[in-house]
Amino acid sequence: MDHSNMRGALPPVVSHAAGILPLFPLEIAGRHLLANALAARPSFASRLGEHAGRTFAIDPVDCPFVFLMTPGQEQPSVRLVRRKLASGYDARIAAPLLVLIGMIDGTYDGDALFFSRDLVIEGDTGAVLALRNAIENAELDPSTVLGLPRNLRGPFNRATRMALDKLRHALHAPEESGPRREDRLS
Amino acid sequence: MNGTRPSPLELVCPAGTPAGLRTAVDAGAHSVYCGFRDETNARNFPGLNFDRAEMREGVAYAHDRRVKVLIALNTFMRASTTDLWKKGVDDAVAAGADALILADAALVAYARRNHPKQRLHLSVQAAAATPEAIAFYRDHFGVARVVLPRVLTVEEIARLTAQAAPCETEVFVFGGLCVMAEGRCMLSSYATGKSPNMTGVCSPPSHVDYREENEELVASVGGFTVERFARGEPAGYPTLCKGSFRARGTASHLFEDPVSLNAVELLPRLAEIGVTAFKIEGRQRGRAYVATVVQAFRRALDAIASGAKVDFNELRALTEGQRDTTGAYKKAWR
Amino acid sequence: MSNSQPRLSLTLGPVLFNWSGERWTDFYNRIADEAPVDRVCIGEVVCSKRKPFRDEVILSTVDRLERGGKEVVYSTLALPTTKREIRDIRDMVEAGYLIEANDIATVHLLGGRPHVIGPFLNIYNEETLALHRELGATRICLPPELPLESIRLIAKGNEVVEVFAFGRAPLALSARCYHARAHGVPKDACQFVCDRDADGMDVTTIDGRPFLAVNGIQTMGYVVTAATHQIAALRDAGVVSLRLSPQSCDMVRVIRIFRDVADGHMTEQEATEALGVLELPGPMSDGFLRGVPGVRHFDEVD
Repeated sequence: MDHSNMRGALPPVVSHAAGILPLFPLEIAGRHLLANALAARPSFASRLGEHAGRTFAIDPVDCPFVFLMTPGQEQPSVRLVRRKLASGYDARIAAPLLVLIGMIDGTYDGDALFFSRDLVIEGDTGAVLALRNAIENAELDPSTVLGLPRNLRGPFNRATRMALDKLRHALHAPEESGPRREDRLS
Repeated sequence: MNGTRPSPLELVCPAGTPAGLRTAVDAGAHSVYCGFRDETNARNFPGLNFDRAEMREGVAYAHDRRVKVLIALNTFMRASTTDLWKKGVDDAVAAGADALILADAALVAYARRNHPKQRLHLSVQAAAATPEAIAFYRDHFGVARVVLPRVLTVEEIARLTAQAAPCETEVFVFGGLCVMAEGRCMLSSYATGKSPNMTGVCSPPSHVDYREENEELVASVGGFTVERFARGEPAGYPTLCKGSFRARGTASHLFEDPVSLNAVELLPRLAEIGVTAFKIEGRQRGRAYVATVVQAFRRALDAIASGAKVDFNELRALTEGQRDTTGAYKKAWR
Repeated sequence: MSNSQPRLSLTLGPVLFNWSGERWTDFYNRIADEAPVDRVCIGEVVCSKRKPFRDEVILSTVDRLERGGKEVVYSTLALPTTKREIRDIRDMVEAGYLIEANDIATVHLLGGRPHVIGPFLNIYNEETLALHRELGATRICLPPELPLESIRLIAKGNEVVEVFAFGRAPLALSARCYHARAHGVPKDACQFVCDRDADGMDVTTIDGRPFLAVNGIQTMGYVVTAATHQIAALRDAGVVSLRLSPQSCDMVRVIRIFRDVADGHMTEQEATEALGVLELPGPMSDGFLRGVPGVRHFDEVD
């Protein structure tokens, strides 16, 4: 199935450029981000319950690679593979990269994305729902995922959010509907 | 608005997770409702709900901001396992719940007997749709509020509310819509073996399957196809009663179209007839959704309470692009 | 099977479908004269609009049933909502009949008087059952979705439990009439289109796979509950009565089959085969009792 027409997809030139990136450093980065997120949110794995052992294919459809992630109760695992080599997962969550990021940081409601077909899920629906609810509860923001020190978080999150908003707008991504944590706190 | 209302209008908002609770509280909820992470509550979906510590923290967060927490234990107790539900009641009381939302008559009796001062609400799952049914729970157990099933018209609600006093009434105004009388539906266990009454899930995700077939997204529950979505057509969660079926040779949404409830235009009338609390469905929905809906409804209720004009357009926009319905509240729905 | 075990009684549930007055009367007359059933529930449970047709003939029918040695129970509406519907129930209660309550409102109107409870009340555990016994319930038909495992725990030692053992299982009730909706007519001017389907209107998936049946505001299984493989297990669990819910097939024959298997004159396998040759509206199932999806047929592996 061709996903290049999904809303918010990166332009083909960027997608192709991403295709020549070496995967190993990206995988290291991915592992690092997941470890940060889990360290900041210790309840994440328990919220996943029996589904923590499942392997999720997080599939940014506008990139040539797929993250294979197993949260685990103890030790998370992340592998980055070329899409055509992705196999052995229990569930797949696929959307343009910016949409996936928006779902993790609370810009989007996962249900709404799925209903509007901006997000595709396959496989173990129960596991996908558990992951989505755990992510919802984690209230992850860019600084937490990157593991930044507390005093830099506010400005960094605002700047990142603004940049992502502009990018989403430029790429005709779905309208956002999320609460702005930084707005609420201000 | 008349000046003799027994209590102020109360906006009751969903909290599926601790983060969802904080979102709803910050967005302007008067009360939030939530449940423990087990089959004692009717939204027993993977990754949702609260463990004991999270519940205590959630209650503290809400109470610090003068928001009430209503804890739902609204499934029916499994034979010989009733201690799980009773322990839930005890823990909810200990956590500081402002009210318990219960459905099983024996659990209501237990809560009343062991926690005589605890405020009790009757869940929509108990399907109390008549003054006599409400009187049963009010007179025997001192239930203080009943959440009305979504099978009633506004005029029936008016009559019920008048006769239920001093028991208050609460109605759903926004979100998912049960087509069947709540708590009396076995469609899900018929197709999947898991049901709202017994396991706290309807059309459970563990039994939902999506597959691509000839450019269509095919959604099935328990192996039964309930919807085929063409490419680009908006998809919805495949709840059994909102699927496409075939009867008399014709395919249709026989039970209900895939719509959600939006009773916004009825808010002033519902307030006028004395309904105390207005409930937003959606403990399984994300923070994004909860924040937007709660803010909009809070503004509307504040406007009604102060006699100001309600900005209906803002509320209508919440379901823009999707189909919504006032459901059974208007008689023509039947 | 030993005859020293307590006798399982048989209850004929109310006709849930909108049968014509003639069909309805003929049905009960034959039951009165020929069927070895202990008690007969009579009365409109699904839609109050059908009730006037029943009222015309109900007294003579009751008389005939009582002369046939049957205990008669008056079944009441499962989802009363209007003032008139409540008033009708109140009238029946005040008339002193033995009432089958199918909604908690009716239990309240009964005010502690002895009554029986049909399969529409949420009684899922021994404590709720005990609560209803304290309120005057003398026999209680459990919700059809309960597995045998739970039935055993609820029925132990009280001799009041009845189980839904034959017929299309009632699954849901709604304010909306699906018969009217399928025929494109408003509920208020429904023309009683539900009378065209003596066993309910079949509903399939969009792929054409049989799934459900619709009876006015009620949704039922497409499959026909048949507890013939579970008779010994139900008796062993402490169940004292089996409910047989009328379908358009030969119900006298159905009742005789259940009587024979309950009395040990027929094996469970023979009973299943004997039911199988009748014109049932769908395949037989005991999925709910076995704790698997209620739609699961006998011949589908788990």
